[in-house]
Amino acid sequence: MEEFLNMGGYAVYVWPSYGLTALFMIALTLSSLHTLSKRKRQLAELEAKRPPRRAPRTAQPQTAQPQTAPTQTAQESSSS
Amino acid sequence: MHRFANPARFLRIANALLPWLTVGTVACLGIGLYMALFASPPDYQQGETVRIMYVHVPSAWMALFIYVFIAIASACSLIWRHPLADVAAKAASPIGAGFAFLTLVTGSLWGEPMWGTWWVWDARLTSMLVLFFLYLGHMALMGAFEEQSRGYRAAAVLALVGVINIPIIKFSVDWWSTLHQPASVIRLDGPTIDPSMLWPLLIMGLGFKLFFATLLIVRMKSELMAARVRALSLAQLRNA
Repeated sequence: MEEFLNMGGYAVYVWPSYGLTALFMIALTLSSLHTLSKRKRQLAELEAKRPPRRAPRTAQPQTAQPQTAPTQTAQESSSS
Repeated sequence: MHRFANPARFLRIANALLPWLTVGTVACLGIGLYMALFASPPDYQQGETVRIMYVHVPSAWMALFIYVFIAIASACSLIWRHPLADVAAKAASPIGAGFAFLTLVTGSLWGEPMWGTWWVWDARLTSMLVLFFLYLGHMALMGAFEEQSRGYRAAAVLALVGVINIPIIKFSVDWWSTLHQPASVIRLDGPTIDPSMLWPLLIMGLGFKLFFATLLIVRMKSELMAARVRALSLAQLRNA
């Protein structure tokens, strides 16, 4: 076992090579899985908040316009 | 290709593949590690340092392979506006950067005892360093703009221009005199490396490739979900 760990005197070169490779692969896997579960959570929260059926969108801007239109014309007439 | 353009279809296929890819990755890396560390002989010239090759060479293969993958995805994005292409390129880039970095570091760790130096500015080593910087540039450009699609376009152009570096890396050992040894596996007249070392190398190579495929799917799923999160939050902001 000790002979194996010693790597013929090249232990300081062989083991860091394997160690860094393993470290990179494990770290990237963990961080990717972490991001995935975070996105899943965010998505679930947003889906829960979303109203079940969207209200008809065309009605809103039309009701808003008549309110702003008179004030605009009033400003224009006062400035001229 | 366009049949996979629909993220729902992609996700269905990806989710079906993911468990198999995971099992394949673990199996190949397990067997590969056992063969690389226990079941293969020391080299008659390099001694035990030859074992560094079993992580160095697959890393280098992956660094080149992933770059070509990104370049192809970038072409699909620029030419056909394929919606998954940018997602794939973005998901792959950090994996490739990591492998390019590992190639440089493990190469240094082998070079010091065998060549007597950590680094030389020769063609193979320098072009590999350039590849690492191309990856960093690609990652930086992807996130550099407020408007995401602009960053993706800039990164895609960089990836396509940088692809010229790939044949330079591959043939650098033939075109210029270099400390680095010439190809011994992927060559026209067949591998010159002994089977007792070729097999662990090929199995590790396959394990690295499966690792990339597995992680790519996980990261692409994340990226697609992120896009949906953005779209939903925007919709809620508009409704509020």
